[in-house]
Amino acid sequence: MDTLTIASREFHSRLFLGTGKYPTFELMREALERSGTEVVTVAVRRVNLDEAGSGKSMLDFIDTKRCLLLPNTAGCYTVEEAVRTARLAREALGTPWVKLEVIGDPKTLFPDNEGLLAAARTLVGEGFVVLPYCLDDPVLCRKLQDAGCAAVMPLAAPIGSGLGIRNPHNLAIILESVTIPVIVDAGVGTASDAAVAMELGCHGLLCNTGVAGAKDPVMMAEAMRDAVAAGRKAFLAGRIPKKRHAAASSPTQGMIE
Amino acid sequence: MVRVRLNGVEREFEDGTTVAALLAGLGRAPQWAAVERNRDVLPRAAFPTTELRDGDVLEVVHLVGGG
Repeated sequence: MDTLTIASREFHSRLFLGTGKYPTFELMREALERSGTEVVTVAVRRVNLDEAGSGKSMLDFIDTKRCLLLPNTAGCYTVEEAVRTARLAREALGTPWVKLEVIGDPKTLFPDNEGLLAAARTLVGEGFVVLPYCLDDPVLCRKLQDAGCAAVMPLAAPIGSGLGIRNPHNLAIILESVTIPVIVDAGVGTASDAAVAMELGCHGLLCNTGVAGAKDPVMMAEAMRDAVAAGRKAFLAGRIPKKRHAAASSPTQGMIE
Repeated sequence: MVRVRLNGVEREFEDGTTVAALLAGLGRAPQWAAVERNRDVLPRAAFPTTELRDGDVLEVVHLVGGG
């Protein structure tokens, strides 16, 4: 059985899904179920004081027996904000797992490398299982590994952009540079993007907008599930090398004259 | 009365109001919520016994959809 192991926890699906931007909680629940995902990300936000709680939480629509809830620190621009958010998430969910984000720029939502490393070191020191959302920078990924992160989550393209795998060669170098799992995060727009990431040898993939924003999120969740599985299988099978010229598939001998 | 800053807004509560009572007043079940008091996370087990104090700065958060 081909499973993914992060920080001693085993997963049967290599597809992580976000929970933002779904038109309804019911559609989200259906998409999560059909995707087969076992890791779903959630965000931490202030309770709205002007809006009485309905008693219904988004979490009521997630099968928490099957899925690990992975809180993120999205929207945090400083080490302090990210660390405080991670600590609150740990208390809220009772999990030390965190998808760590320290954003450096509002237009691109690219991470702040220095802040990310500093926050990762602090949180690892506090016993967190840290999965940092990072640039597709092999040197940075190695530093994050050295800091004790459980995996790295390099971006394929800017968050929500749907641009796909912009730099497959960097991802390949990251895979050579670290021994912890590499989970591609951000920018995955459609199934072929997911397949490309997995064919490169990435260990998993996180997608939110690509599924939630599709015309039919449930069908796209299935497509992503199949693409991740197909890409992984192709990687394990070992693709043929690329060649510039043709190599006949049929025998060249025995032709009629 | 005690005056606190709750999620960035000044609010007044009766003396002796606990964090658990505060959450109940917001219509929030304590599961899936977390509270930071003066920059320190307050353990959930302490919600029923922790009374608000004048000048407290509180952040009450929960989980929402995100990527």
